[in-house]
Amino acid sequence: MKPPKFAYHAPTTVREAVELLAELGDDVVVLSGGQSLIPMLNLRLANPTDVIDLGGVDGLGDVAARDGGLDVGAMVTHRQMETNDLIASTAPLAQHAAGFIGYRAIRNRGTIGGSIAHADPAAEWPAVVLALDGAITLTSAEETRNVAGDDFFESLFTTAKRPDELVTSVHLAGRFQDNWGFSEFQRRTGDFAAVAVAVGCVITDSSVVEARVALAGVAERPLRCPAAEQALTGPHTGGAAEVAAVARDSFEPVGDSHGSSEYRKRLVFAETHRAVAQALGSDIESIANA
Amino acid sequence: MREITVTINGKPTSATVSPRLLLSDFLRQDIGLTGTHVGCEHGYCGSCTVHVDGASTRSCLTLAVQVAGRAVDTVESLAPDGEALHPIQQAFQDCHGLQCGFCTPGLLMSVAELAGTNPECGRAEIREHLAGNICRCTGYHQIVDAVERALVALREAQVDG
Repeated sequence: MKPPKFAYHAPTTVREAVELLAELGDDVVVLSGGQSLIPMLNLRLANPTDVIDLGGVDGLGDVAARDGGLDVGAMVTHRQMETNDLIASTAPLAQHAAGFIGYRAIRNRGTIGGSIAHADPAAEWPAVVLALDGAITLTSAEETRNVAGDDFFESLFTTAKRPDELVTSVHLAGRFQDNWGFSEFQRRTGDFAAVAVAVGCVITDSSVVEARVALAGVAERPLRCPAAEQALTGPHTGGAAEVAAVARDSFEPVGDSHGSSEYRKRLVFAETHRAVAQALGSDIESIANA
Repeated sequence: MREITVTINGKPTSATVSPRLLLSDFLRQDIGLTGTHVGCEHGYCGSCTVHVDGASTRSCLTLAVQVAGRAVDTVESLAPDGEALHPIQQAFQDCHGLQCGFCTPGLLMSVAELAGTNPECGRAEIREHLAGNICRCTGYHQIVDAVERALVALREAQVDG
């Protein structure tokens, strides 16, 4: 229950960090907040030769407005996401979702960049990134590139990030700030989501002109639900239950000891129902037909 | 091995540590502050909760090298002279908010943070805030009673002071 031996590196700039990544090979892990990595080290699920600690790297902890949205530095903590005024005004979905992550002590240290690089399919940030048309900025010694959230998350703990790249920031679009929804079911407060649903809409003249519906906990990666997005787009009728039914019928979640596939489908309905109703500003209808 | 300087309970402290040393083990074994308890050692039970720069932190999910240059406060900081109990500790005693006491240091530090950031909160928020601190003895009711009483005592102390 103690971390294995590793060589420790504490760079002070992104440049130094990515040069270390390039130099040290594949068996290197990056430590940001450590709230997933250190348990993995303690349990010896990870046994890296080297750990690169981003704690002392300058310039990864800022939140800045850009192109109507936000650039969020990789080392911004969940707690900062929960309490930052710019997040609250420009990406209120992200501010709301942050409060669902773990416990306060976890949120005080865990970071958005760490969570996104880790890519747990039940985590909140990957789903929020999909719902807010987010993009991930990756930096290596050679280049800096932006990858759309839709292309970034590939599978269980697997992303488009190359081993020599660092997640340096996350862009979240601002155009969903008026119509968004988030709902999540946790077995116990602070657990990873059994199912979480994040919704971003753009509504013009009582018509939904853009809809993004993203789910965590239903597959090996966070997924958007194109059929539900299509059902949600168009004249604003407030039919959240219809959208939820489409979402439910779009997934075949794998059952496990925490819940059968059928149970998870019901959760998809219930959480999508709540999140869509919140985004539309409508009331929750009876879920007796779930 | 790395040299670190940490302000522990207000006192600047220098030490040489292995990078893999957990903050929990550093505090208990190197510094001798055994009030911080180690339960699950993977961030689940909350017994090892301390404050880093005033924010609650799992010391078992933090490396000692990560707190270099920072301020760490442990449960020992609540009653520094070891005599008069802190109002939170007093409330736990008065309300029987502990039995075996193993989880208590972590709970006290979580409550100390709550008192600073949300001192007016009610029982539901108290329960939510303490969801990351597991107690196997009390069933939590008396803990919530204790926190309610502590928050009132701290508010009154502030008004009087």
